[in-house]
Amino acid sequence: MITFLLNSIEHRIDDIDPNTTVLDYLRDHLGRTGTKEGCASGDCGACTVVVARVSADNQLQYRSINACITPIGSLHGQQLLTVEDLAADGDLHPAQEAMVECHGSQCGFCTPGFVMSLYAHYQNHAQPDRQEILESLGGNLCRCTGYRPILDAAVAMYDPALEATPDQPPHNVRGTLAAMAQVPADLKGDNHRYFAPQSSAELAALYLQHPDARLVAGATDLSLELTQSLATITTLIHTGRATDLTDIQETSNHLDIGAAVTYSDSAPLLLHQWPELHELLERLGSKQIRNQGTIGGNIGNASPIGDMPPVLLALNASVILRCGKQRRSVPLDTFFVGYRRTVLGKGEFIERIHVPRRHASTLFRAYKISKRIDDDISTVCGAFALDMDGDRVTSARIAYGGMAEIPRRAHYCEDALRDKPLTEATINAAVAALAEDFCPISDFRASADYRMQVAGNLLRRLQLSHNLPAQQLQVTHYA
Amino acid sequence: MRRLPQARNSRAAAGLAGHPLRHESAVGHVTGQASYVDDRRGPADTLYAYPGLSSIARGNISSMDLSAVQCAPGVVDVITSNDIPGHRDIGAVFPGDPLLADGEVLFYGQVLFVVVANSQLAARRAARLAQVEYAPIDSHLDVEEALAEAYFVRPTHRQSRGDLDRAQAAADKQLTGEFHSGGQEQMYLEGQAAMAVPQDDGGMLVYASTQHPSEGQKLVAEVLNLPMSKVTVDVRRMGGAFGGKETNANQWSCIAALAAHRSGRSVKLRLARADDFAATGKRHPFFSRYQVAFDNDGTIKGLDLELAGNCGMSPDLSDAIVDRAMFHADNCYFLPAADIRGHRVRTDTVSHTAFRGFGGPQGMLAMENIIEQVATATGLDPLDVRKRNFYSAEDGRDTTHYGQKIEQHIIGPLVERLENTANYRARRQEISAFNAQSPVLKRGLALTPVKFGISFTVQHLNQAGALLHVYTDGSIQLNHGGTEMGQGLYTKVAQIVASELQVDMSRITCTSTRTDKVPNTSPTAASSGSDLNGMAARDAARKIKSRLTTFAAGHFGVSESEVVFEQGEVKAGQESISFADLAQLAYLQRISLSATGFYKTPKIHYNRDMANGRPFFYYAYGAAVSEVVVDTLTGEYRLLQADICQDVGQSLNPALDIGQIEGGFIQGMGWLTSEELIWGEDGRLQTAGPASYKIPAISDTPATLNVELLPDSPNTEATIFHSKAVGEPPLMLGISVWAAIRDAIGSLADHRASPALNAPATPERVLLACADMQKFMERQT
Repeated sequence: MITFLLNSIEHRIDDIDPNTTVLDYLRDHLGRTGTKEGCASGDCGACTVVVARVSADNQLQYRSINACITPIGSLHGQQLLTVEDLAADGDLHPAQEAMVECHGSQCGFCTPGFVMSLYAHYQNHAQPDRQEILESLGGNLCRCTGYRPILDAAVAMYDPALEATPDQPPHNVRGTLAAMAQVPADLKGDNHRYFAPQSSAELAALYLQHPDARLVAGATDLSLELTQSLATITTLIHTGRATDLTDIQETSNHLDIGAAVTYSDSAPLLLHQWPELHELLERLGSKQIRNQGTIGGNIGNASPIGDMPPVLLALNASVILRCGKQRRSVPLDTFFVGYRRTVLGKGEFIERIHVPRRHASTLFRAYKISKRIDDDISTVCGAFALDMDGDRVTSARIAYGGMAEIPRRAHYCEDALRDKPLTEATINAAVAALAEDFCPISDFRASADYRMQVAGNLLRRLQLSHNLPAQQLQVTHYA
Repeated sequence: MRRLPQARNSRAAAGLAGHPLRHESAVGHVTGQASYVDDRRGPADTLYAYPGLSSIARGNISSMDLSAVQCAPGVVDVITSNDIPGHRDIGAVFPGDPLLADGEVLFYGQVLFVVVANSQLAARRAARLAQVEYAPIDSHLDVEEALAEAYFVRPTHRQSRGDLDRAQAAADKQLTGEFHSGGQEQMYLEGQAAMAVPQDDGGMLVYASTQHPSEGQKLVAEVLNLPMSKVTVDVRRMGGAFGGKETNANQWSCIAALAAHRSGRSVKLRLARADDFAATGKRHPFFSRYQVAFDNDGTIKGLDLELAGNCGMSPDLSDAIVDRAMFHADNCYFLPAADIRGHRVRTDTVSHTAFRGFGGPQGMLAMENIIEQVATATGLDPLDVRKRNFYSAEDGRDTTHYGQKIEQHIIGPLVERLENTANYRARRQEISAFNAQSPVLKRGLALTPVKFGISFTVQHLNQAGALLHVYTDGSIQLNHGGTEMGQGLYTKVAQIVASELQVDMSRITCTSTRTDKVPNTSPTAASSGSDLNGMAARDAARKIKSRLTTFAAGHFGVSESEVVFEQGEVKAGQESISFADLAQLAYLQRISLSATGFYKTPKIHYNRDMANGRPFFYYAYGAAVSEVVVDTLTGEYRLLQADICQDVGQSLNPALDIGQIEGGFIQGMGWLTSEELIWGEDGRLQTAGPASYKIPAISDTPATLNVELLPDSPNTEATIFHSKAVGEPPLMLGISVWAAIRDAIGSLADHRASPALNAPATPERVLLACADMQKFMERQT
């Protein structure tokens, strides 16, 4: 059984196919049709709902997610808010009122999703800031308005004239959710099972019992098997309720990240050490995806175009793998073995990610290139960590996504940089060396030629960035 | 309900035409209460239909084993072409679009059969279990190859005037070239959907998401072999359409109706996004070849232009679409001598169809590319080349290549105004200075104009009907043939009726567009929605007003000229009575309070054999200035600022008009930048969903977006309140973004070489063009 708050009402589900998405549950089981299906792949945001949960510091945390790619079991212990829940007695929420007054809806089909993203933004930010608004709404597509009135609404909803009626007392919600979270969650229906272990040890034991189970570690990719391939998964094991998989520890040597930590939750600590990651993290999926997707999931699915793996490769990260009670540490360098294949054995999973602390002398850059700036999959993603002695490169770790069947380091390129001054001549040699490292494919995102050229040009950008501010190098600094 | 302070405006509250009233469904949109087809609850025994799609581009079906489909859990019925009681072809204008494949496959993603099951998921799963064997036939997927073979869906049309040979011989310079523009997926957020409900008289009620309910009605009737009177199509609203729910909505209505007809149960059909991409048509990709003759001052003397529309596998609406491309190949420019051929090229892909602009954007873009090339060749600012060639009242430079005289010379002053308000010249200087000192990022600027012809070029479509009821409490129900797809048509037409009867908007209820209320309607397309339906609704309102006036004059003993409708009241000489009381009084005196209205557009005609006439009632104009920054290392770019001036005549609703302008502009930008359709060699669309097909997202909207409605410019034609259509024209303002990107690239060669930049200008194409410029500069040194 799982239990969650549907707005303020306690809602229990027992007998349901755990392959059911939150969107289908809302629309087909509850007849709550305000939440729309636009793509069923997490790419348009029409299905955006908000979940509230109690954070580690006992605060209610409001997060926008894509209902279309969220398995129903993930709701356990959380509060689910949909577009139907915002207006009370005909009194619109400021996000809704501002959308009306600013002419933020035309056909109206994307509107509930926008309203929920705006609502989450409203709960998380005291003031309107354009950059933060763009970040919150980058995963919601509108085909009618051109977005300007929606941006206006995102500012106007902070107008004091639209002061919100207080939500239901947060204290009660916090207490209720905390109590719900104590109860273990599981689901069965249509001969499918769903487990939500509460610790890594419990997960390890379950996974050994069910070695064919699929891990739900955000499910932003896994769910596509349900909604696009129409597959059914017999056993699902959710990683996100294991408290020792969702924490981050800072040690003197490294950042020690639980595999089920979401991008959103890891961002503050990552950015603290590597502020240069800001743009990449902002462009990684959408807000909804970052709220749901986990770093462990991004590594585990071994996609050649995942954005975190190149970064973690450049940062010399390693992963702690666990099988039953056995643990082993594997450098990320050797974790990926082929297209969507890893060294993970049966019943083995990623428990933690270790990222060594930054050296003061490290020149670090991470660049993502895609057809569209917001919410797009990388054509090429490059991450560069150069240890510098003045202008001289003492060592280099360079990794790319989108250039091979796995995210991979560019060893020839690294060799061409090592012990050289970071000059145009050195970079030219490093660019030439890339041809030894990679032989990318052509697909609908880009041709092989473009990928090679851009991979090289990112090295040029890296060199230029040593002396030029980012505003003179990256169009993303204009928005 | 809380309000923003600026909305407390009594004029707005009155909601008469001209006021920026909110969309009639705005509150429904933001609360999730506004209902779309798939939100509609069917009876408990509702069934779900889902199509099985082909997986080759072209060939014959050697065998189709559907036994596994039939046996799949939840399956109730499996339907193939042989099960269709009536017509099997649903081609809207010309035949060529089978409802279900009939022995042969015409494109990858064609509907072969239909599964009907007790859930959407069961139907979708079952549809994948078919065992189909094909005998493939060589397919045509390349438009240039197909053009070379004259593989056409319809014959070529030609428009020409003047002595092109002489013009070419006399001109200072000539240029030849080729240009490609890509297609565009409509990507309405609400996918194709229909729900059919069998009626007890053997008829069918279809809730559809369609821009053309009457065509849906006709085709459902033909497929089911029923008289049209037994079929009703109901459309309350669409979650976006953009042309993609004109002919392309019919198939899903017909399939749902067929399944409902066979089972006697309600049937819903909703396409999953990837299948919607695969099975429905898009904007036509175009290929063009040109030879342009011009003088050193940029004056165009003659144009030879071949426009080849890639129509896909059937004619659908392609004849009219390629015609419209030809009608817009001049854009705002006088062509003293011209020879324009429009080819309707067949390729073995999904049949391309209507998309906002309907060929106009493709023709116009081909011309704007030519203007850019002329600018580089003459060393002039492209804006000066544009202005040099504008239609004008002087020297007889006022007739299009198809013989329509330009009567309102708006583009010159409009562009002059925008040039000043957007500070074009100063920014041009500033950008040159920036580019000189910026090694990687380059900025670009462009001002492009738009002239768009308003009217269906198929004459009979230029008609509309309306139905208006006044009830005895003074409340009013309004119905018309136009459909609501987000553009605010219901709001505008209600404002027109409110203005005519001088009543508050809150009195008026717009009901869903239904073929049983207003028959034989035209599609809501060609930007004509408010022009046509607004006039028809006003006609109905005037009929009722006239009856009430006559009645009130008699009742109060005054002359009819003394009866005045004003702010919810009706004044008759010294007497005054509320509109509601008058309605009640009139009812008691047996005055009819219901009326139909009708309108047909005057003046228009086009002789296709002579390629001459006046196809358009009037033209709508606009222009945009876009400024971009381009990364010459990666090809990425950003739109920094856009300034737009659009001629909407006397605006019916400035808020809705600005919404159309901004939305159209960004959509046009998407067409020319990030939206790229890629078909594989097997004919399969590889960018079949928003994960791979990228429409503009929120940060693509520039930080500065200034939109002005051209002031004091009422339509000189007698349109509804002298307004102008606004649906499609702004899409072409997006051409300025493409031109600005091209300008930034050209700066790499000091604008001495002309970047070849096919559309869409993806980062990859931009980087390629940058490399060409860099090579040019290397050759110079």
